[in-house]
Amino acid sequence: MHLEYKVQGGNFSKAGHASGEIKKVLKQLNVNPMVIKRIVVALYEAEVNIVAHAYEGDIIVDIDDSKVHVVLNDSGPGIPSIERAMEKGYSTASPLVREMGFGAGMGLPNIKKNTDELNIKSVVGVGTTVDFINYL
Amino acid sequence: MKVSELLEKLQYNVFSKADTDKEITAGYASDLLSDVMGNSSEGNIWVTMQTHKNVVAVAALKELSAVIFTNSNIPSDESIEAANEENVLLLGTSKGTFEVCGEIYNLLESK
Ligand SMILES: Nc1ncnc2c1ncn2[C@@H]1O[C@H](COP(=O)(O)OP(=O)(O)OP(=O)(O)O)[C@@H](O)[C@H]1O
Ligand SMILES: [Mg+2]
Repeated sequence: MHLEYKVQGGNFSKAGHASGEIKKVLKQLNVNPMVIKRIVVALYEAEVNIVAHAYEGDIIVDIDDSKVHVVLNDSGPGIPSIERAMEKGYSTASPLVREMGFGAGMGLPNIKKNTDELNIKSVVGVGTTVDFINYL
Repeated sequence: MKVSELLEKLQYNVFSKADTDKEITAGYASDLLSDVMGNSSEGNIWVTMQTHKNVVAVAALKELSAVIFTNSNIPSDESIEAANEENVLLLGTSKGTFEVCGEIYNLLESK
């Protein structure tokens, strides 16, 4: 099964919408609830990162018998050092975004912890791709 | 303990229409969304001062049993609308986070 969603940068009122839709589909497909829980955490964090840090992006999900493969692609400022960005507590979120309770620098660590395979590629000034797999 | 039982014992304000039959598995207190996303579990009651719509999204995705806003914080109309749609129970009180955590903790422990 193949799913695609668009994500608008800066639009916090819709943040998490795509993750909710994908969760519904995974439930309908009777995917193991423990696996769904982990995917939802990773998905939400990656979706919100597009909203908080990039201009626009899309989410592509492919589900087969053995795995759920998710790719989030955005056009945006990119990440200068992925290694630093992965550190718990590292955040470049704006004061406004922090006031909302985002910007703890826990999103990428949450993604790492809740996925089986994670691959992040980023080009400064172009955008970021977050690619992860969870096995069923 | 079910949410309905908690509401009988502690008179919190109820802001949204949602199922109160859910079991409260434990509580989690935080104003940081990715902290809650990463560290709360299904059925937890979430104690927070954040009231915007993203709180509802996190509570729905994590299948929390309820969200309680402390210190007289009240949710926006947008949050209430989303909560009604997503079956997320939003509660409120004038008490501070420390006190609310204490009273809910005691209630859950006494069970
Ligand atoms: N899609 C992205 N585009 C550009 N920068 C990003 C992107 N995702 C993450 N980053 C950078 O990596 C940093 C760390 O991301 P992470 O998700 O861990 O924390 P955060 O988003 O700042 O806060 P939190 O997720 O806890 O609300 C961000 O502050 C930002 O600088
Ligand atoms: Mg983040």
